[in-house]
Amino acid sequence: MSLDKEKIKHVAKLARISVDEAKVDSLTKDLNSIFKFIEQLNELNTDKVEPLTSILNQSLRPRKDQISDGKIREKILKNSPKKNEEFFVVPKVVE
Amino acid sequence: MSKEKFDYFINGEKGKYEVIIGLEVHAQVLSNSKLFSGSSTKFGAHPNNQVSLIDSAFPGMLPVINEECIKQAIKTGLGLNAKINNYSVFDRKNYFYADLPQGYQISQYKNPIVGEGKVLLDMPYGSKEIGIERLHLEQDAGKSIHDMDPSNTYVDLNRSGIALMEIVSKPDLRSPDEVNAYIKKLRTIMRYLGTCDGNMQEGSLRADVNVSVRKTDDKKLGTRCEIKNVNSIKFMQMAIEYEANRQVGLLEEGKKISQETRLFDTKKNETRSMRSKEDAHDYRYFPDPDLLPLKLEQQLIEDLKKSLPELPDNKKERFIKDYGLNSYEANVLVSEKEISNYYEEVAKLSDKKLAATWMMGDLFAMLNEKGLNISKSPISAKNFAELIQSIKSGEISGRIAKEVFEIMVESGDNPKKIIDSKDMKQQSDPKELEKMIKDILTKNKDKVDQYKAGKEKLFGFFVGQVMKSSGGKANPQLTNEILKKLLKG
Repeated sequence: MSLDKEKIKHVAKLARISVDEAKVDSLTKDLNSIFKFIEQLNELNTDKVEPLTSILNQSLRPRKDQISDGKIREKILKNSPKKNEEFFVVPKVVE
Repeated sequence: MSKEKFDYFINGEKGKYEVIIGLEVHAQVLSNSKLFSGSSTKFGAHPNNQVSLIDSAFPGMLPVINEECIKQAIKTGLGLNAKINNYSVFDRKNYFYADLPQGYQISQYKNPIVGEGKVLLDMPYGSKEIGIERLHLEQDAGKSIHDMDPSNTYVDLNRSGIALMEIVSKPDLRSPDEVNAYIKKLRTIMRYLGTCDGNMQEGSLRADVNVSVRKTDDKKLGTRCEIKNVNSIKFMQMAIEYEANRQVGLLEEGKKISQETRLFDTKKNETRSMRSKEDAHDYRYFPDPDLLPLKLEQQLIEDLKKSLPELPDNKKERFIKDYGLNSYEANVLVSEKEISNYYEEVAKLSDKKLAATWMMGDLFAMLNEKGLNISKSPISAKNFAELIQSIKSGEISGRIAKEVFEIMVESGDNPKKIIDSKDMKQQSDPKELEKMIKDILTKNKDKVDQYKAGKEKLFGFFVGQVMKSSGGKANPQLTNEILKKLLKG
């Protein structure tokens, strides 16, 4: 698999990372060499191996269904760049 | 019973089109606290008051799963006759939106907790099975409020992190009516199970609607469009109607349909493309590194299976078998658990068929008019059963019963008390009735002669006189019989 410049720009856009046009070429080159390295792994036959999503052979540990949190609006809103008494305030997003 | 034929097609000049619909229903899980945090899920709280550091995605916070939400998802899966997966995985679905503080939604992608199942619909043209593709658990997002400020959007994260079950149907639905029946059936099942309250006004149940069209002789599915977040059945039906016709219009003009996400504008009654969702399907899912895979013990599943209440399909069959109801009556009476409980209480104490008729007629009409739920009915099941018995035994006529019913609604009194105190008992003693009728006939000798001479319409006049002189209490059947007998002689 290799990435072209368009793909790099697309991924950057999805991740909300601004990429300098001047840097796109070198980024493409870098990322492709990383992919090449990863692709070596494909040489291994993994047909009969289950995908590993965690290295711990455990299941999720659940908690009881109890209300134990909340009512900290001030703390929650504290770091918001824009807010009023009750809400986060963000630029208009409406269609 | 003759069955209607399915008939929902769109006729174009180039052919007849059928409409293919699949639904992704988002059902809020009934639980005290959120899927991965201990904040309350209660509806209607002050903005941002039910938000923890996890729900607002502060750095370093770790999600811990709520065991109740897992159980609720399993129960719902069992209620949908679905396969429960002993192994499932939580993934991150990445996108940016103001009401999604994490920048990703924790959801399940490749390994959902519930696999394929099915739901049965009762349509006028017969029963129809709708396939369920999967059910998975995911977090709800916050709420954006656009109408409080002309230039800003306000964000309330109270809903952020509440557990949702996304129930994905197969593209088996073919008309707005089937969508209506499907949503209602899902809601009934979840209410029976107590896994979702199904309250669409409060947003506990919403759906994304996938619509495509194809000519009736085509085998291949057409290109679909997804209409996002429709929150009432009526709007779903309107959106489908509009969207299907739009697509047929394009095809008729020889144009192509592009796969896209659209929104339904309820004011203009149209769907339109959502530009912000152009990249929406590029979610870059990957397993959430904060969460281990969810492994379920078979024992837990078996225990939950045993704990399930009787579900609507089974209850319906039982009502038909045990109470002699027809399919329509049984359907209506099992549509809500509370209605079926009320009916069973009444049926145990009175005539089963008559109880069904009166419930679906006068009782429902009254509740509807008053905007009441059956659990708030001014008439208790016990009193209602007594009323039914009084009709059945002939103690009061159906007409008087309606009067008693009205008084019961107002006073909440027991029908026996009302009938006694107002002296409303039906006159069913043949001897007394005969005596009264003889009197009336004697007084109206001229009319009797006319009747005998062939003016049979006068029969109604005599019945009216009997009712008048008995204060409406004469037993109508008996009155008819005696009148006929005496007029013959």
